Order: sequence, then structure tokens, then C-alpha cells
Amino acid sequence: MTTQAQPAYAGNHSAGDDGTQPPIFYETEAHEHDHSSGGTMLGFWIYLMSDALIFATLFATYGVMSTSYAGGPAPSQIFALPLVALNTAMLLISSITCGMGMIAMEEGKKGATQLWFAITFLFGAAFVGIELYEFAELIHEGATPMRSGFLSAFFTLVGTHGLHVTVGLIWILVMLVQIQQRGLVPENRRRMMCLSMFWHLLDVVWIGVFTFVYLLGVLR
Amino acid sequence: MFSESVLKTIFGRLSLESFPIHEPILVATFIGVVVLGLGILGAVTKYKLWGYLWTEWFTSVDHKKIGIMYMILGVIMLLRGFADAIMMRAQQALSFGANEGYLNAHHFDQVFTAHGTIMIFFVAIPLVVGIVNYVMPLQIGARDVAFPFLNNFSFWLTVAGAMLVMVSLFVGEFSRGGWLNYVPVTNLQNSPDTGPDYYLWALQIAGVGTTLSGINMVVTIIKMRAPGMTMMKMPVFVWTALCSNVLVIAIFPILTAAFAMLMLDRYAGFNFFTNDLGGNPMMYWNLVWIWGHPEVYVLILPAFGIYSEITSTFTGKRLFGYSSMVYATVVITILSFLVWLHHFFTMGSGASVNSFFGIATMVISIPTGAKIFNWLFTMYRGQIRFELPMQWVVAFLLTFVVGGMTGVMLAIPPADFVLHNSLFLVAHFHNVIIGGVVFALFAAIDYWFPKAFGFKLDPFWGRIHFWGWVIGYWVAWTPMYVAGLMGVTRRLRHLDDATLQPLYIIAGIGVAIIAIGIGAFLIQLIVSVINRDKLRVGNDPWGGRTLEWATSSPPPNYNFAFTPVVHELDAWHDMKERGAKTPNGGYLPIHMPRNTGAGVILSGLAMVLGFAMVWYIWWLAAVAFVGIIAVSIGHTFNYNRDYHIPAEEVAETERAAAVAGA
Amino acid sequence: MLDQPALLPRLARAALIPLLLAVAGCGDVLDPAGDIALQQRNLIYASVGLMLLIIVPVMILVVVFAWRYRAGNKDATYDPHFDHSTSLELVIWSAPLLIIIALGALTWSSTHLLDPFRPLNRISAVKAKTNERPLLVQVVSLDWKWLFIYPELGIATVNELALPVDREVRFDMTSSNMMNTFYAPTLAGMVYTMPGMRSTLHAVLNKAGDYEGMSANYSGAGFSYMRFKLRGLDNAGFANWVGQVKARGMSLDTANYLKLEKPSEKVPAMHFASVQPELFQRVYERCVTPGTPCMSEIMARDAAAGGGGRDANEAGEGMPAGRGSIPREKPDGALFKDKQEIEPAPHLSKPPTSDVPGATDPASPRNRDMSFLLLPPAPGSAGAARG
Repeated sequence: MTTQAQPAYAGNHSAGDDGTQPPIFYETEAHEHDHSSGGTMLGFWIYLMSDALIFATLFATYGVMSTSYAGGPAPSQIFALPLVALNTAMLLISSITCGMGMIAMEEGKKGATQLWFAITFLFGAAFVGIELYEFAELIHEGATPMRSGFLSAFFTLVGTHGLHVTVGLIWILVMLVQIQQRGLVPENRRRMMCLSMFWHLLDVVWIGVFTFVYLLGVLR
Repeated sequence: MFSESVLKTIFGRLSLESFPIHEPILVATFIGVVVLGLGILGAVTKYKLWGYLWTEWFTSVDHKKIGIMYMILGVIMLLRGFADAIMMRAQQALSFGANEGYLNAHHFDQVFTAHGTIMIFFVAIPLVVGIVNYVMPLQIGARDVAFPFLNNFSFWLTVAGAMLVMVSLFVGEFSRGGWLNYVPVTNLQNSPDTGPDYYLWALQIAGVGTTLSGINMVVTIIKMRAPGMTMMKMPVFVWTALCSNVLVIAIFPILTAAFAMLMLDRYAGFNFFTNDLGGNPMMYWNLVWIWGHPEVYVLILPAFGIYSEITSTFTGKRLFGYSSMVYATVVITILSFLVWLHHFFTMGSGASVNSFFGIATMVISIPTGAKIFNWLFTMYRGQIRFELPMQWVVAFLLTFVVGGMTGVMLAIPPADFVLHNSLFLVAHFHNVIIGGVVFALFAAIDYWFPKAFGFKLDPFWGRIHFWGWVIGYWVAWTPMYVAGLMGVTRRLRHLDDATLQPLYIIAGIGVAIIAIGIGAFLIQLIVSVINRDKLRVGNDPWGGRTLEWATSSPPPNYNFAFTPVVHELDAWHDMKERGAKTPNGGYLPIHMPRNTGAGVILSGLAMVLGFAMVWYIWWLAAVAFVGIIAVSIGHTFNYNRDYHIPAEEVAETERAAAVAGA
Repeated sequence: MLDQPALLPRLARAALIPLLLAVAGCGDVLDPAGDIALQQRNLIYASVGLMLLIIVPVMILVVVFAWRYRAGNKDATYDPHFDHSTSLELVIWSAPLLIIIALGALTWSSTHLLDPFRPLNRISAVKAKTNERPLLVQVVSLDWKWLFIYPELGIATVNELALPVDREVRFDMTSSNMMNTFYAPTLAGMVYTMPGMRSTLHAVLNKAGDYEGMSANYSGAGFSYMRFKLRGLDNAGFANWVGQVKARGMSLDTANYLKLEKPSEKVPAMHFASVQPELFQRVYERCVTPGTPCMSEIMARDAAAGGGGRDANEAGEGMPAGRGSIPREKPDGALFKDKQEIEPAPHLSKPPTSDVPGATDPASPRNRDMSFLLLPPAPGSAGAARG
């Protein structure tokens, strides 16, 4: 990765512009290239925004189809709010433990970082497990995604989020191994920062899902 | 003896019947491709080029090589897309009255679908991305893009998508749903065949590549500009590349989501776009056009940038109204999101909604008009050298204003009610895409070719290429404008009214003239390579103004031995004027990314996954999917991704380049 | 306002003449027989005229500047520093802006005036609106033919639309399966027909004669032949035509409609002397097949009960008696097909052989994928009037 450092625009480079000295046209001194996160973090942030747009599209679709029951079940009949609340708690707690893990990483504590992320993994896995249980229940009752436009949109929106969490879980596992192998080297720190941004974004999206799909659905 | 069930487990729905052995056209094409392919493979093997291609090109993370590979992909796919165009024109010129022509409905419908899909996704996008890839990092004085591996991966994903489309020619069939694969035609009940699946997988895979490439380019422009190059000192091409890639990032996720929903409909029986059970086909139209309209600007904005660079260079002037050019670009970028509904005014959204979208569409013509004036006044009081690139600019100005005018006509809802889905509409978008995007891409190839290879393209064949396209465009599409005003609609395989035949025959002649242009382009490339010693030029053959001309031609793989420092717009012109001297000593080691084969392998697996899903070969899909995950994870365990070019090697390269460029 | 080409600047008209000559006489769009299409055409003229005000000077300037400032011309001024001029840039931005303001105003008013949902406010430029009720024609786009139902007259036709001259017509449109557009260029602009949706168009035909109409939106294999004859008849002629249809035609009942609905192409004109009442409504609500629940019933039930009830997972469960079955057969998604259901995918453009269903089984879903569709026997073909 050749992230080229961005030297200050000001300073000696523009010294020549007032005509007193010949301007400098080439950078001839060695610059300590900073390979850490600048470009990667921006790039990953932009990626997250584009991912958020996928969710936005799915939310919009759900908005259009949220009353297309086609004679099938409606949200109030199939959503089990206590289960969803438990699920939400799992994900929110995992976000906190993820944050704790990042603090530990900033402090350079390798073991604590791994421990916190292992806990994050467990909560995330519990979230996915509960979601799969919920889906299985719905399908068992006959409320399959094939039943109506509403259910298609519901399963797709929630399922896409669940898929992202699953990817996050795999990522956590990989990072645990890589931290074990190499410690908190700059590459791993950068990856952990991306991972935590990813994880928090999923949290934000889930709050949208919880409010927009479950709470409003049951109220409707 | 295999039972049928075992065969289906192994091959899914692929059977001997899936091969189009009854289609003489396809069989002949297939034999041609096999012979040509074996010839190329044989030559590569004979001259022992595999190792060279693999290490120097396929696995390369050098933005310049990736840019060139994008261009090669785009040109090859252009030939395929153009072959489709010839077939359509021939069918339509023949098929009047009792004559049914030579293509049946299924074949013809695939041809027009493939033509549109290929021309936009696998010709226009790769060529635009290729030019941006090659030129933009040089123009901002960077040594590579922000994420070199991602760049390689994006390219190979695009290739994987293109390959899937090509495979559909010989194994099974392509979609018959139009270039946006419209529902309800492509619903599972209406098209249970492989066509829409090929379309969806090819475009999903290529679309991921395009999105990643967009992110890469935006980060590159924001983070890696040479010192001193503030936003308002960026070359206009970089500005347009930035806006274009911002659009890519903003729209491709929407397309990905829309296609994913259609896939769920087809593979899992969901009800997003079905006619019954709460599905909503109009949703699909909205989503694909929320992508589709900005996509037009993804292509045309870099084209505008190309015209700006060329006009300024060949008039020997700074671009007139640089800041208004930049603002116009940004305004177009924003407005492009507010106009998608004009693609279906006739769906009955009501007068107020239609007027809003109609007027929003017209408003785009204001900044576009300002741009035209800016180029015009750049020519004013210039010293215009009519080399090949500048000829394209003049042809563009004269052609594009007509396309702009017909575009505004289509933006008036009541007028659109009679012109929508007509040949007038088809003529309009070919007018802006050929007259705007394609002309720009050829101008860019003529303009930057000496940068990439150190020698100019042959001007004689270049002129034939130019006139072939310009005359051919007008001969081919003027009759279509006329036919549209007579109420003839698009995608017709057969017409009853024989009085229209002369128009179609003229259009067919136009396509033949364009074919001459394309042929001349290929000859131009070959002749130029043969005569490269005669055509060899220095590092700065056109009197360039931007930083790509500040390094040697072709540039070394690290682009600049010393990063330039920018003080002015048109930085290289400024450096020349003020007599900037390139240091010829004191080189430092240069930090560079390593090549990697991961992109090729992942894309190959993605292609296998797509093929297996198209044919319901579930075991193969599972293997490919697991393979993708395993290779991705494995790739992250490689921490050894960069190296330093030693100072001595840099010095040696620079000395050699100085001798060659002198 | 829109029907006065005299408003157009002279220059614009002069430039239009060659174009008009090329198209005049044979073009339905530029020489229409209906008042709506005429107003739409005039709008095209007006907008082209307005835009040529700026396009023509630009094109001239491009040529003039390109010639005058060529490098070989030593007489021309070379001023490499002419790259900014505030006053010029003001002109550059305001000239297109002014044109667009004018066009925008034209767009706003014309879009509202010519809205297809809006009843006409005149019969033609010279004829004011009367109190006569508009003639209602219900249009259904089938695969790949047009069904026209005249509910007030109790008749229906396929691929033939007869209209009395100078009488306002209201088209209600829907589609059985594909999305098409109903387009008779000489009558009025096109409007989409969509399954499960109803769209509307108001129009009038002012000149008697035989014209053509079509689907302008690609809808599958038989699309190229999805055309209909549009006949403009005077009042006596129209009454006569209705009488003929009533005298000769068969009845369009549910059974015949379901046969007609199957994919077929190159269908000749057909006449039906009687139509089952509410047929259009049931096509639109997707409940022609006996036993399928109508959209409005489903939606009413969804709205009242907040969905079909926790246990109502069978489609249509709890619907009024007799409508309790699956709404419509829908194939399983590919992933859920079992081995028997995965058919090897033969190449569709292969010419039909004797074992494809075609005419022998008009209901076969594979007919949709045949390249040269064989005509299924027309409903009541023995008695159906042709042409």
C-alpha cells in the first residue's frame, strides 16, 4: 500500500510564490511516509456509506411493501417483541464490548483486546442465533418470505443485516488469530479500527430496523 | 449408466440441448473464437509469454497497467457490442412485410439486450475507468492509487462479468429483458430460462468491481494529490473523475440491491417484483433508474473532463472559466439524482410530479450549456492545432448540442408522451453517448497514447477512424430521429409499413460507415505499433499543461522520481514557463506495492460461482463460494505487501528515460 | 396557447422545414388526427424553436472560432491569458437559464393541461366541449394482443379499436401480465398498462380514417406484432360498426377470456357481441380465475384485520366462501425446486419441433418461450368474426 503522505501545503513549498526566492517544483527531501490509517480509514468510511445505501434501498423497499400482506400475516401477528428486545440488547452490549476492546487496543494491551473482542464475538453470535431462531419460528408458522411482499421485504432487510453481522463475526475470528500471530502491529490496528467502525454501523442500522420495522410494525 | 437424477446433481439444468448447435451464426462465431483463441494461446505458449503476462500484467497493481488492461477489455467488448449492432441493423433493414428477416424473436431480443448491456457496462465503463485509472494519478502527481490491490481486483471482477456475458453466447442464452433487464419480462414465470440469471450474475460481479474502483479513485483524489494542489488547482479532468466516482459510490449500491432483490425473486421465490402477492414491478423500474440516470453522468462527466484538457492543450490557452466549469460539474452531479422519473413519465405519476422531474431535467442543461460555452471561449483567441484529439472535440461540440436539444425535448412530459420508447429516444441517447462519451474516449486514446507508449498513433488511419465515426454516426442516426417523429417505436423485430424501409437501409449504411471507422481504429493501432520508431515522440509531444506530461513517456512504474510541487493551475505549463529543472541526482528509494495474484483468483472464483448459479449446479456454487471466502481470508494473512525500489535503480531508470526521451 | 405555431420565431421554422419535409404526410406524430396528439406536436415545435435560439448560434460560433483561430491563421489574435471574464460568464450562465425558464413555464402548464388523467377541455381547436359523456373504453394488454371492452355498449374487440370522431374517449387501462404502453401516435401520447394497476387516458379523434396503434414497450417474444387497427368513424359509421359486432360476434365470458389471455401472437381482429360484466375490474384486480381473491378484497381485509390473522398463512384463507384457494400458481424459486422440477434448459431460439406444446396446448407455460408461436385456436373461433 503506497499511501503517500500528505505534507503540509503551507510552509517552505510556497515560499517562492512571492517572487523573492525561486519556487520549489520538486520534493527532493525524504518524507517519513505515514503508512497508518489516513487513506484506508477514509476509504473504509466511504465503503460503509455505500453499504449504508444498500440498507437505505432495502428500507425504502420495505417502506413501500410494509402493508402488502396479500392476505397473509401482519407485523403485529408475527413479531415477538420480547425476543427482539433481547436481540437488540445482545447487539448493543456487543457494541460496548467492541468499544472496550478498542480502548484496550489504544492502550496497547494485546490480551485485553483479544478478550474484549472474544466477548463481542459471543454477543454477536448470540444475536445471529436468536435471529435465526426467530426466522425458523416464522417459517415454521408459515410466514415465509414467499408468502407476501411484506414478508419478502422483511426477511431481506433483517436478513441482510444478519448477514453483515455474520461477516463481522468471521472478521473478528480472523483478527483474533492475526493479533495472536503478530500482535498489535500497525496493520492490525488499522484493521481493528475498520472492524469497529463496521460493527458500530451495524448497530446503527439495527436501531433503524428495530424502530422502523419492529416497533412501528407492531403499532400499525 | 447415470440416472437422470445424478446428471442433474452434477450438471444442474445444463444439458446438451443448452448449446446453440442449431444456430449457424453462433456456431460460426464459436468456431472463429476457438480458432482465434487457440492461435493466441498457442502464440503465448510458443513465445513463453505466460510468465511475463502473469507477473507483469495480470497480477500487476500498477495503475497504468491496469488502466491499459481496462482499455483492452473495453475495445474487445466494443467489437462484440458492435457485432450485435450490425445484426440488429441488418434484421431491421430486412424485416418488412412478409419478410421475417433472419433472426427469430428470441435471438433478436437477446441481441438488443446484449448490445445495450455490453455497451454500457463492459465498453463505456471499462474505457472510462481505464482512462481515469491511467491519467488521474499522473495528473495529481501520485505514485499509484490509494488501494493498488483493490484496483487490480476491481479490474478482474469486471473481466469476470464480461466473461459471463460472453459465455452466455455459447452456453445457454442471454437475457431478453432489455438492457436493464426489466420485470415483468424477467420474472421467473415469464423467463424461466438462463438469460436473466446470466445478466444478474454478470452485472452483480462487475458492479462490485465498479463500486470498489469508485471508492479507490475518490480516496486517491482526496488523499494523494501532490503538495500544493488544492482542490481548485486540480485539473478539470480530475474534478470530473472525482464527481463521476462519487456518483458511482452513491448509485451502484442501489443497483446491487435491486438486482439482489430480483435474484431473490428468481432463486428463492420472493415477491419483490412479482405481479401477485404484494409484489411491485414498478419498484424495480424506480430503483434501476435511480441508478440509471446518474450512470449517464458517470460516463459523460469524465468525457467533459477529457474535452477540457484537450481543448486547453490544443488551443494553447488555459481553460476559459475554470471555476465555472468546476461548479457546473458539481451542480450536474447533484442534480443527476433528481431526474430519474423522466424515464417513465408515461407511467402515470400525475402532472405535478411529472413537471417537477421534467423541469429538474431541463435545469441540468444550464450547467451543461455553460460548459459548452466555456469550451467555445477557450477556442476564442487561441491557436488551435487540429491534431486528432482536437478534431474529436469539434465533432463533439457540433454533435452533442443536437443531442442536448433532443434531450430537453424529451424532458417535457407531454412531448415525451409521444416520443417515449420511440426511435427518437433511441437516437437521442446514441447521440449523447456516441457524440459525447465515445468521441471523448477516442480523443483520449489519441491524446494520451503517446504518454502511455512513447509514440503517437498514426494520423492517417486516425483520420479515417475519425471520419468513419462522425459521418457514420450522422448517417445512422438521423433516419432514426426521423422515424421516431413518424411514430416508430423501439425494439421492433419486424415492421409492416414498407415505406419505412429506406430509413432503415440508410441507417444500415451508417453502421457500415462506422464499421469502417472501427476497422480503421484497429489498423491505426497495428500500423502505429509497426511504425513506432518513426512515430516516436518526446515526453511532452502536444505541449501539455498538466502533470502527466512532466514525467517520461512511458512513465516509470513509480511515475515520478521526485514528487512535483504545485503552485498553479496547469502545473506543468507553469513549471515550463518558470523554467523548473528536474533534479538529476539525489534519488531516494521509492516505496511501492507488490504485485499479487489474489485479484485474479478471487475473480475467477466469482465467475465460477456465477456460472454455477446460472445453471443450478449447486455443489459447484458452494465450492466456489467457500473458495472465495477462504482465499479472501488467506489474502489477509499476507502482510508482506510492499517493497522499496533502491535509489540506484531509480537513478538508472531515470537515466535511460532521459536518453529515450531526448 | 399551444396550437399557434405562429408564435414560433421565423428562424426556427425555417430550420424545421427540411425536417418537416422529410416527415410530412406519413408521420403520425407530426400530422396527427387527434387533438391531444396535435397539442403535443405543437409543444415539440415550440420547444425546438426556443432551443434553436441558442443551439444555432452555438453551432455557428463553433465553426467560426474553429476556423478563425486555427494555428495556421496568423491574422487572428492569440491571447493565451484570456481565461476569465465575469461579464461573459454571466452571459454564459444566463442565456441557457432564460431559455429554461421559458421552457419550464411551458412545461408546467402543458403537463397539467395535457395530463392523461384530466378530462378534455375542448374537442378540437375549433370545437368546444359538449355535454356528452365521454365514451368509456377499457383496454387490457394481453400477451401479445390488445383487448378493448366497450362496457356501455356491452361489446369487446381484440386488436381493433373503433372510435366515433369528435367524441371524447376515456380509456381505462390495465394489463394481464406484462407491462406495455398503449400508443396510437395519431390519437395521443402513450401510457403504460401495468398488471394490478389502472391507468387512464383522455383523448379524442378528430378525423375519420384508418390508423395504427401498438404497444410501444417491449414485452416479450410476440411484441413486434402487438399492433391494433384504429378506425375513426363518424357517428353513423360507428353505430353501424357496433351493430355488426353485436350481430356476428361471440361472447367474452370468463372461460373465453382465460383462453384469450394465454400467450399468442399475430392475432387477427376479433369481435365479441357480449362481455361478462365487470370483466375489466376483475382483470385489474387479478381475480378472473374463479376461486382467486380480488385485490380490493384482500386489501380491505388487510386493512380491517391488520393482516390475515396469525394463522392465516395459506393465501386467501379466511376470504369469502369460494375464494379460498391459492391466488395464482407461481413457480418455486430455483433453490427450492426439487430434482424433478429442474428442467434442462434447452436453447429457446431453436425452431419448434413436433413435441413442443404450441397450438396443441395453448395453456403451456413453455409457449412463452417459443420462438415462432403457433396460434392457439381463437376463443369461439367458429363464430368469432374476423377483421
